[in-house]
Amino acid sequence: MADILVYVPESGKHAAEVLTLARSLGDVTAIAFDDQSTALASEYGAAKVYRVTADGVDDYFVEPKATILTDLARQAGPDAFLLPSTDEGKALAARLAVALDNGLLTDVTGLDAEGARQDIFAGATVTASKITKGFTLATVKAGATAAEPAPGEPAVEAVEVRVADADKRVRIAERVDEPAGDRPGLSEADVVVSGGRGVGSAEDFALIERVADALGGAVGASRAATDAGYYPHKFQVGQTGTTVSPQLYVAAGISGAIQHRAGMQTSKVIVAVNKDADAPIFGMADFGVVGDLFEVLPQVLEEAEKRK
Amino acid sequence: MNIVVLVKQVPDSGLARQLDAQLRVDRNGPNNVMGELDEYAVEAALQLKEAHGGEVTVLTLGPDQATETVRKTLAMGADKAVHISDEAAAGSDALATSKLLAAALGRLEWDLVIAGAESTDSGMGVMPHLLAARTGAAAATGARKIDVDGDTITVEHQRDNGYDVLTASLPAIVSVWDTINTPRYPSLKGIMAAKRKSVETLTAADLGVDPSEIGGDAAATEVLSATDRPERTAGQIVTDEGDGGRQLAAFLAAEKFI
Ligand SMILES: Cc1cc2nc3c(=O)[nH]c(=O)nc-3n(C[C@H](O)[C@H](O)[C@H](O)COP(=O)(O)OP(=O)(O)OC[C@H]3O[C@@H](n4cnc5c(N)ncnc54)[C@H](O)[C@@H]3O)c2cc1C
Ligand SMILES: Cc1cc2nc3c(=O)[nH]c(=O)nc-3n(C[C@H](O)[C@H](O)[C@H](O)COP(=O)(O)OP(=O)(O)OC[C@H]3O[C@@H](n4cnc5c(N)ncnc54)[C@H](O)[C@@H]3O)c2cc1C
Repeated sequence: MADILVYVPESGKHAAEVLTLARSLGDVTAIAFDDQSTALASEYGAAKVYRVTADGVDDYFVEPKATILTDLARQAGPDAFLLPSTDEGKALAARLAVALDNGLLTDVTGLDAEGARQDIFAGATVTASKITKGFTLATVKAGATAAEPAPGEPAVEAVEVRVADADKRVRIAERVDEPAGDRPGLSEADVVVSGGRGVGSAEDFALIERVADALGGAVGASRAATDAGYYPHKFQVGQTGTTVSPQLYVAAGISGAIQHRAGMQTSKVIVAVNKDADAPIFGMADFGVVGDLFEVLPQVLEEAEKRK
Repeated sequence: MNIVVLVKQVPDSGLARQLDAQLRVDRNGPNNVMGELDEYAVEAALQLKEAHGGEVTVLTLGPDQATETVRKTLAMGADKAVHISDEAAAGSDALATSKLLAAALGRLEWDLVIAGAESTDSGMGVMPHLLAARTGAAAATGARKIDVDGDTITVEHQRDNGYDVLTASLPAIVSVWDTINTPRYPSLKGIMAAKRKSVETLTAADLGVDPSEIGGDAAATEVLSATDRPERTAGQIVTDEGDGGRQLAAFLAAEKFI
C-alpha cells in the first residue's frame, strides 16, 4: 500500500476532499496543527495523524510550517504528499520542492496510479502529468473530488517542534477577518448566486442576496461587478477570485468571459439569466433565461416563496 | 530602493490557447501579451520608485519574442531589463525556471522583487516562494497593498475572507493581485524613451547554470497527454415572455433546489 502524506489546514470542505482523494491512493498520514484538523483527519479516514505543536508557528508566514513539513516528509519518505491548492498550500509545496529537490504539480483535479489530471487554459484543455523526480508532490484544487467521510481511530503521534529563528522572516502582525455574515462561505457553498455588471449598482445586489437566501446559497460576483464596487472583491468568482464548484451556480447579468468561467465551470448545474441571447454564458448553461434579471429573478423569488 | 520586477510573456488568456506537438504552450502565435497580473507588478514597482527613489529592473525568462513584453515594461517606465533567452530553457518546469531566475537575481542589486501572484498561462502561483527558498529572502506574497518604510516592508496578504498584515525586513520578494492598483498605459514619450533603455540578454551559461539542469529533458514533471475538454453543452434556453422566472423556478424545483 502506498504511503500518502496530507497537510490538513483547519478549513473544512477542501481539506476533506484532499483526504478523500488521498484515501483512494493508499494509507493516509495527516499532518495537523490543531485539534480541528485532527478531528477532520479522523473523520475522513486517515490511518495516522502527526499532531504538531510548535510555539509561534501561527505568528510567521509559511516558513515555519514549510520546515516542519519538510522534516516530516524526509522522515516518512512518502509516495505522495498532497496539499490543498490554496495560497498557503501552494507556498508550502513550493518550499518542499526546493528543499527536497522534488518535482511539483499544482491545481491537480484528479490523481491515480497513472498520473495527475490538470485542467489548463481556464479548463479548455485537460492534461495528464506525472512527477519524474521524487515522490508525487501535488496541490489539489477545490472540487476535485466529492468529500466522503470514513470515520476511524487514527494513531495520533504528537510532534513537538521549536520554530527556528531563520523561519521568522515574515511576521503575521495582524489577521483581519471580514465575516461572511449568515450565508455559507463562497468556496464551501452548495449553491452560489452571482451577479455581474448587469446588476448595475451596489443597491441592486440586494436582489442577488435575496435569491441566494431563498436558495440557501452564497453570493458571488464577476470582476466587472467587484471592480465597479457593486460588491466586495472577496466575493469575486473566477481566475483571480475564488474557484467554486457548487451543486447549483446561478449567473445573473454575467456575460461568461473565459476568466469568469475558469472559476465556476465545474459547477454541477449552471443557470443563467441574461438580456443578451448571444452571451457566452448560455453556451454552458443547463437552463437559461434570455431576459431582464429584474423581471426574472423577482418571479423566481415569488415562486420559491409559494413552494416553501 | 532597487526593485526587480518579474514578468512573463504569455498567450492572451482571453483568446483560444493550445499546446504544441511537444505538449508545450504554443508561444509562436501572434497573441502573446505580458502576463496580465505582471502589469500590476510593474505598476507597483513604479509607484514605489516614485515614492522612494531607486531603480526598477525588469527580469524575464522566455523566447526571443518576449522582448516585446520587455519593451512594454520599459515604455511604462522601468529603467532597464534583463532577458534570459536560451534554447536550452525550452520546456523548463517550475524548478528549473526558478534556478535560472534565482541565478539572475544573484547578479543584480535589489532590495525588493515584485512578481505577479500567478502567471496567466500556467498559473502555478509558486515562483515567488521557489525564489525565496533559493535566495533566502523574505517572501510576503499575494499582496493587495504594499508599504515600505526604511528597510521594513508591510504587505496586506489577500485571503478569501479577509487579509493578513505581514511585515518583514528587506530584502524581500512579494507578489501582487489585481486589487493592488490600476496599471498605467505606456505614454508616447515612454515608448520613445524605451528605445534607448538597456536590455541585457543572457544565456544559462552566462548565469553559471549548467544547461543540463534546465529545459524539457531535465524537468521533474512530465506531461503525458492532453485532450480538449468536451465543451459543456447548452441545455434549455428560454426567452422571457412574461413567465421566464416561473419557468426557471419550475426547473429549480424539478432539480430539487427549491
Ligand atoms: C487577468 C484577468 C483576470 C480576470 N479575472 C476575472 C475573475 O476572476 N472573475 C471574473 O468574473 N472576471 C475576471 N476577469 C474579467 C473578465 O474578462 C470579464 O471582464 C468579466 O468577467 C466581465 O464581467 P461581467 O460578465 O459581469 O460583465 P460584462 O461582460 O459586461 O457582462 C454583463 C452582462 O450583463 C448582461 N446584462 C446587462 N443588464 C442586464 C439585465 N438587466 N438583465 C440581464 N442581463 C443583463 C449583459 O447582456 C452582459 O452579458 C479577468 C480578466 C483578466 C484580464
Ligand atoms: C499549462 C502548464 C502547466 C504546467 N504545470 C507545471 C507543473 O505542474 N509543474 C511544473 O513544475 N511546471 C509546470 N509548468 C511549467 C511552469 O509553469 C513554467 O516553468 C513556468 O515558467 C513557471 O510557472 P508559472 O508560470 O506557473 O509561475 P507562477 O508561479 O504562476 O508565476 C508567478 C509570477 O512569477 C513570475 N514568473 C513566472 N515565470 C516567469 C518567467 N519565465 N520569467 C519571469 N518571471 C516569471 C511572474 O511575475 C509571474 O506572475 C506548466 C506549464 C504550463 C504551460
